[in-house]
Amino acid sequence: MFSSYWVGLLTEIIILAMLAMSLDILLGYTGLPSLGHASLFGVAAYAVAVLSTRYQMGFWTCVLGGIAVGVLLSAAIGLVVSHVRDVYFLMITLAIGMVLWGLSYRWIPMTGGDNGLSGIPRLELHAGLPFAGPNAFYYVALAVFAASALAIAILVRSPFGLTLRGIRENEGRMKSLGFNTWLHCYLSFILSGFFASVAGIMWAYYNGFVSPTYLDLTASSELFLMVTLGGPATLIGPVLGAGIIVLLKNVMSAYTARWLLILGIVYIVAILAAPKGVWNLGGQRSG
Amino acid sequence: MTYLITQTLNGLFSAALLFLIASGLTLAFGVMKIVNIAHGSFYMLGVYVAYTVILRTQSLLLGAVVAMLVVGAVGFVMQRFFLRRFGNDPLAQMMMTMGFALLFRDATLMIWGGDPFTLQYPAALRGSMEAGEVVFPLYRLFVIFVAALVGVALWAVNEKTLIGARLRATVDDPEMASATGINVARLSGLVFAAGAALAAFGGVMGGPILGGYAGIDFDLLPLAFVVVIIGGMGSLKGALVGSIVVGMIDNFGKALVPELSYFTLFAPMVIVRTLKPTGLYGRA
Repeated sequence: MFSSYWVGLLTEIIILAMLAMSLDILLGYTGLPSLGHASLFGVAAYAVAVLSTRYQMGFWTCVLGGIAVGVLLSAAIGLVVSHVRDVYFLMITLAIGMVLWGLSYRWIPMTGGDNGLSGIPRLELHAGLPFAGPNAFYYVALAVFAASALAIAILVRSPFGLTLRGIRENEGRMKSLGFNTWLHCYLSFILSGFFASVAGIMWAYYNGFVSPTYLDLTASSELFLMVTLGGPATLIGPVLGAGIIVLLKNVMSAYTARWLLILGIVYIVAILAAPKGVWNLGGQRSG
Repeated sequence: MTYLITQTLNGLFSAALLFLIASGLTLAFGVMKIVNIAHGSFYMLGVYVAYTVILRTQSLLLGAVVAMLVVGAVGFVMQRFFLRRFGNDPLAQMMMTMGFALLFRDATLMIWGGDPFTLQYPAALRGSMEAGEVVFPLYRLFVIFVAALVGVALWAVNEKTLIGARLRATVDDPEMASATGINVARLSGLVFAAGAALAAFGGVMGGPILGGYAGIDFDLLPLAFVVVIIGGMGSLKGALVGSIVVGMIDNFGKALVPELSYFTLFAPMVIVRTLKPTGLYGRA
């Protein structure tokens, strides 16, 4: 039905949409602006790469390993950041994200440094699926995306999700109502890290290699832009944002090499024109 | 022992550069609550502008002056026309500075190309100094000395002048400061422009050693952020202490365990945040 170019593009969009939704749990619903989110995604991708290429592990070991590393890392970072808010949260997540990027860049024996790691087996082969090819991968990614989106939708509508929104609006009041706001923020951070790891695993399999650019500041901020451009605290917003950025990137790269310049202008125009995101332009606010 | 002294002096040199970068960052944060992602870009622009000037005039001093003026003006325009309108929305301001950081990165590539370079040493500072067995480049000592001078000057402005008093009042409580008749918007513009110029000055000072290349902006930014996080946001004293801590740890870390550079900064950051969540000298 579609050419393989478009299937690839769609696959990219849904994996990054998953990642953007995971950031939205923090940024949109809990009101914690993380500027190091790509590092959780990247570390999970690295875990898959290291396990599959250096240790020749099987598919499920790689998947579970990626999730375990991502979630444990979120749990460790969450301990440091869960009691800070607003700009302070932004600054510390940025610094931690850069520290992890530095590790991926310099810890050459493990990560391959600037060259990254290549040779991750194709997901269809690795998992022993009876079908293969870009279309098959696309449907696997779509299924994972649908499951994640459903889980996140249930999460943000649950009493737990409502408490997160309460913390975003007025933490003092939630505290005096008896909620343990620290624990809620901490769990929100770990859950967000879990979904980011899932996206990271898919991304590693999709590209077949990993490199430090997965977790640098530009990646984290592109992700941040997807959520704020699409519309934070909605589920459709981040998907829309991911779609816009990926399409723009691919279309523009056909005409010009000045992608960073264009991305910079998109930031500035987006903030000036639609500070609450494209999805919230009409004034409606779902989710 | 010689090794220890040499590495300590190298650490102090890193600390000196970091102080020039981080002092503007922390003051802008104190006054405007802004997380300025473009601050590393000011450093980078400083090196590149100075490079052009020095190619024509052979004068590091002139390069420094022009770089500070140009980058200070860029900072002023950015604050006046793009950041001020989001006065109470730190997230929008951060996104804006992110946009500018990417813009500056690509514009620099367009104008100056991608080849890395270093600035020329000024002729008078080319040699090295020997004290016993320790041999240390004169230029690095000069930068440490200059940064110390800048630190004293900043302290004097902050503590002894009317502008400094207004600045401290605004850092403490912008609304009250504004109610007493301080023009917070104008002060913010001034601080932001001065911080940009200071970062550019840092770029020129670091130029003969670190040089200029695409990506130096985001290489230095995390270090500057860690300085501000450790020292406390909005505090000059914190920027000084934080710079020395980060400069030392980063330098010894790179020398002893090169694979873990950057990562060695994680521990002090976590320790300080755990013991004192606002940083060493920050106020809540």
